[in-house]
Amino acid sequence: MRFGKIIFIVLLLSCIGISVFAVDRFPRPEFDSGHVLPKITTPGARADVMGYVDIALLIVALALASYLSLKARSRRGLRLLGIFSLLYFGFFRKGCICSVGAVQNIMLALFDSHYAIPLGGLAFFVLPLVFALFFGRAFCAGVCPLGAIQDVVVLKPIRIPRPLGLLLGTIPYVYLGVAVLFAATGVGFIICRFDPFVAFFRFGGSFAMLVFGGLLLAAGIFVARPYCRFLCPYGVLLGWLSRFSKFSVTTTPDDCIQCRLCENACPFDAIDEPTPETAPEPRAKGIRRLAITLMVMPICILLGGWIGGRLNLPLSYYDLRVQTAARIQQEEEGTATGQTFETEHFRNTGELTNNLLRESADRQNKLQLGGWILGGFIGLVFCSRFLGLSVRRTSKDYGPNSATCLSCGRCFLSCPKEHERLKKLRGGGGAS
Amino acid sequence: MSEANTKKPSRRDFNRGLMRGAGLLAIVGVTAGMGRRMRKDNTVWQLDPDKCVQCGRCATECVLNPSAVKCVHAYDICGYCDLCAGYHQPSAKVTDTAAENQLCPTAAIKRTYIEDPYYEYAIEESLCVGCGKCVKGCGAFGNGSLFLQVRHDRCVNCNDCSIARACPANAFRRVSAEQPYILKGQSGEARA
Repeated sequence: MRFGKIIFIVLLLSCIGISVFAVDRFPRPEFDSGHVLPKITTPGARADVMGYVDIALLIVALALASYLSLKARSRRGLRLLGIFSLLYFGFFRKGCICSVGAVQNIMLALFDSHYAIPLGGLAFFVLPLVFALFFGRAFCAGVCPLGAIQDVVVLKPIRIPRPLGLLLGTIPYVYLGVAVLFAATGVGFIICRFDPFVAFFRFGGSFAMLVFGGLLLAAGIFVARPYCRFLCPYGVLLGWLSRFSKFSVTTTPDDCIQCRLCENACPFDAIDEPTPETAPEPRAKGIRRLAITLMVMPICILLGGWIGGRLNLPLSYYDLRVQTAARIQQEEEGTATGQTFETEHFRNTGELTNNLLRESADRQNKLQLGGWILGGFIGLVFCSRFLGLSVRRTSKDYGPNSATCLSCGRCFLSCPKEHERLKKLRGGGGAS
Repeated sequence: MSEANTKKPSRRDFNRGLMRGAGLLAIVGVTAGMGRRMRKDNTVWQLDPDKCVQCGRCATECVLNPSAVKCVHAYDICGYCDLCAGYHQPSAKVTDTAAENQLCPTAAIKRTYIEDPYYEYAIEESLCVGCGKCVKGCGAFGNGSLFLQVRHDRCVNCNDCSIARACPANAFRRVSAEQPYILKGQSGEARA
């Protein structure tokens, strides 16, 4: 029982260590020379007033972007606004009051009763969505610093084959789903962690993120704004709402004359062509496909949910607490030898292992339920996108797709009607 | 927008309007739901010195280089010892300011003679990297007057604090920007 005794003494000593922590081991000095103790300095956090400045600037920038894209139809104005946003929200604010990531704060506030969302976070989440509902994706056009930094490198945009574009376009849905799941379960904020450009805004960051951001920017020379189109999770929400927006950007200021000059003007492949007069396939065939898709849909959703539910373990290992818990369990069972950095330091905290295990199990349970929902959501998204192929839309004119158009204004000057309008403006002696 | 020019709204316009209404309702719903869970003040990250185990990750995980976490000193707990476990190497044979006797890898602690036998230790923040070596020494053999804090004149307040994510002691949490420090000593008692 010698071993037990030693453990007992060690435990006793460590208890003393903890309880004595706040008690002086050495008496506090009494100075004869009348020395005055210095105070702890507590430099303040950024004043809340500046938070209101951010919100005000966001509103002004959104209004300006809406005006420039819908009324003034000025690509130059939008570009300048984008550069301003890049400088202010990007480089000056270091990219960390950001609408793209704010969805995670919303989810955390919804599911974690200990977290209350700051006003700024809520405003940055809601305002661009409200504007999208009425004026299209004005936020993407000239307010988002992530978009603006990519917008300046669009030099030689190439056209992406439509099926590939559709396929890559589903990534943001998956990304959004995983980000929402992780935020809701308190695992972490992956949108912020894998923000590719924030390292540029801060002139520093991990090597991997700098490389990722650099690659995206390099790719962005040819594939215009790759993050916005094939990754951005907030773009999913903006797309949903701008699809039904009250006013949308139009290529032509009045009626389309079918000149097809704007066909290649959009670097984001967001200009829809007119649907052909004759149906591309017999009606019966289309209906049959639609029926099959609709029937397959529940299976797709269930299958997605089932896979998502299975994924809870691999997903949970993103969380350091869960990782540590699993490793500690292994160490205690003897299946793993030695300590890792995390387990060693976790033991130093004196927190009970059971606490950690319970927390970890709880998180995994939440992730299992969440995984089902996430999988189902992804299944639904895939089916819906396939469904879109069977729904016949009729449009007679060339024009931007209201969901995918980023309101950048690049197509305006490709339209001869726009030139007519500008000439009239200049000739009429109006403002340029 | 050719449909919009016609007088009578088409079925498509009507549907769009309907969906727009639904979208607006959803946004208003989320905002109203958040209303109760909203705070006017901003939040910032801070680490709880009582939970901190000085693993050293504050120095390496912060997006800033050097880290926004620095050592701070609660002078009113300090014993003003000549041999300071936060200042001197455990192997130090002489209690002086020689580099080989200092624990701090960047010599960020300034030792000043006050009166016999007391010495004052102050942190030079521009040199401190937040590694916590001194905090560990002071906590193990001293009064525990040295501790780590996120300094808000430096912290960029990432939405997802990368030190918080890597902290093995779970010591980081969001606090109100109006009371952004978790201090020890008299200034800390005010908070409790």
